[in-house]
Amino acid sequence: MERRPRSFYILAAFFGLFVLFLYGPILTIGILSFQGPQGGLTFPMNGVSLHWFRDLFQEQAVGDIWGAFRRSFGLGLMVMVTTVVVSVMAGLAFRKRFTGSAVLFYAAITSLVIPSILVSLGVGLIFNQLGFKIHWATSGFGSQLTWTLPFGLLIMFAVFNRFDKSYEEAARDQGATAWQTIRFVVLPIIAPSLIGVALFGFTLSYDEFARTLLTAGSYNTLPLEIFGMTTNVTTPVIYALGTLTTLFSFGIIAVFILTAVILNRRRARLGSDAGQGV
Amino acid sequence: MAANILKNRHVLGWLQAAPLALVLVGFLLAPIVMIVIVSFWGATEFSIYPAFLWDNYEFLFGSPVTYKVFWATFKYAFITWALTLSIGFTVAYFLAFHVRSLTVQIALFLICTIPFWTSNIIRMISWIPFLGRNGIANQTLISWGVIDEPLEWLLYSDFSVILAFVHLYTLFMVVPIFNTMMRIDKSLLEAARDNGASGFQTLVHVIVPLTKPGIMIGTIFVVTLVMGDFITVRFMSGSQRANVGRLISNDIALLQYPSAAATAVVLLCTVLIVIAILLRFVNIRKEL
Repeated sequence: MERRPRSFYILAAFFGLFVLFLYGPILTIGILSFQGPQGGLTFPMNGVSLHWFRDLFQEQAVGDIWGAFRRSFGLGLMVMVTTVVVSVMAGLAFRKRFTGSAVLFYAAITSLVIPSILVSLGVGLIFNQLGFKIHWATSGFGSQLTWTLPFGLLIMFAVFNRFDKSYEEAARDQGATAWQTIRFVVLPIIAPSLIGVALFGFTLSYDEFARTLLTAGSYNTLPLEIFGMTTNVTTPVIYALGTLTTLFSFGIIAVFILTAVILNRRRARLGSDAGQGV
Repeated sequence: MAANILKNRHVLGWLQAAPLALVLVGFLLAPIVMIVIVSFWGATEFSIYPAFLWDNYEFLFGSPVTYKVFWATFKYAFITWALTLSIGFTVAYFLAFHVRSLTVQIALFLICTIPFWTSNIIRMISWIPFLGRNGIANQTLISWGVIDEPLEWLLYSDFSVILAFVHLYTLFMVVPIFNTMMRIDKSLLEAARDNGASGFQTLVHVIVPLTKPGIMIGTIFVVTLVMGDFITVRFMSGSQRANVGRLISNDIALLQYPSAAATAVVLLCTVLIVIAILLRFVNIRKEL
């Protein structure tokens, strides 16, 4: 193997610093959330305890964070499923280059680049003026979709740009209907990428703040609840909450990545029956 | 007959695209139209009423605060863009051209992307123990003897706002730039070297031009995210700095929806103009 140039070591050090920059702060609050009961918002540690985690489980100390967590989780699942289904359908549609596809594509890009507070404000105004009730599962749900769907769509473009059309032609030649081709050929092939779309759908919804701000109604989602805490909570309890919800996110990400890896392996193992006779 | 209609590629395409179109019409286009309409309405202290007034725009364009705040917004966007581009390009360059095994590449790339799937608010909060008056940065600098007094400008300043932006959004540069770099044909680099180009010359004359689409996509993301932000500026400046997003959210907090809507319309036009200019340099659909 070729010897590594000196630039490699400089760049590797830069990369290391970048990773430290990314993860250092969150590690710090991870440590600080174990502050002793008398400890403050910064170092030094005043003893080590689970005091602040215990506080989280006492309703009166921090408000309704468990209700907020349940709502965020449910909303995340709703947004995830919708994002996967709608993105796949739209991805299939865009392969056909139908009339109006350019307009729809630019609408999706607009949805991605529009300042989030505009969606929040606009949806809030419409629901108010029409007399609909603002609720996280209706107005909040729709607002979050304007953020997750463009990501799902872009991933689908990336997937279908690399998709080998001869698989579909082979299926058609053997007499498969259009639906059978999608169900038994296209979907199994793109399945691992759909895990990626699902990951975006869930996590972007679970962490979304700006687009839910004016569209969640009287029941807060978790990010709104956490933001509310930043203005009136001055103890490490907020670090404990941050640590827990970040660990939860890491867990979710790990589940999605593992699923994608397993799907890929399974496909590599079972995907081809070449050489196995009939 | 019905079967024939379904076989028409346009009809089938419309049917499959219909859910996406419905969501975008209901929750993107309708809200924009609504904001434009409301920007002409009037407001009392407690309510808003339909009208056709230019007052909101007159007030907006007549106030020196507006220009100051728009200027601040562009300043944040530009500085954040320059920093995220330098850092993001360097990181992507290291991953794409200096890491040799694909598995390691993917693993390191994932390490860079995972924070994107966690909460922005928590990531902002996590800077407080670092930057505060008695935070880690000040304690370290004092113990090293670099400074005698704690630095006051670390937290709740332009510095902390931009630091948070870079922390949150560098990823949006790394991903598209890395994606384009991975598609560069390695034989082009060999050709450059065979012709006597130094590593630096290859970088400037081969890699940078071929990476431009990725840079443009990253730029679009970072610029629009920073221009549309209101929460990072509010939180990281301790409400001491303003950008256009905060102007809007302050009006909303005071229930002055028409005035918020007028500001929002001007912000949207500004962002769309910036994007339209950037899109002239890149075909997004081709680059995915």
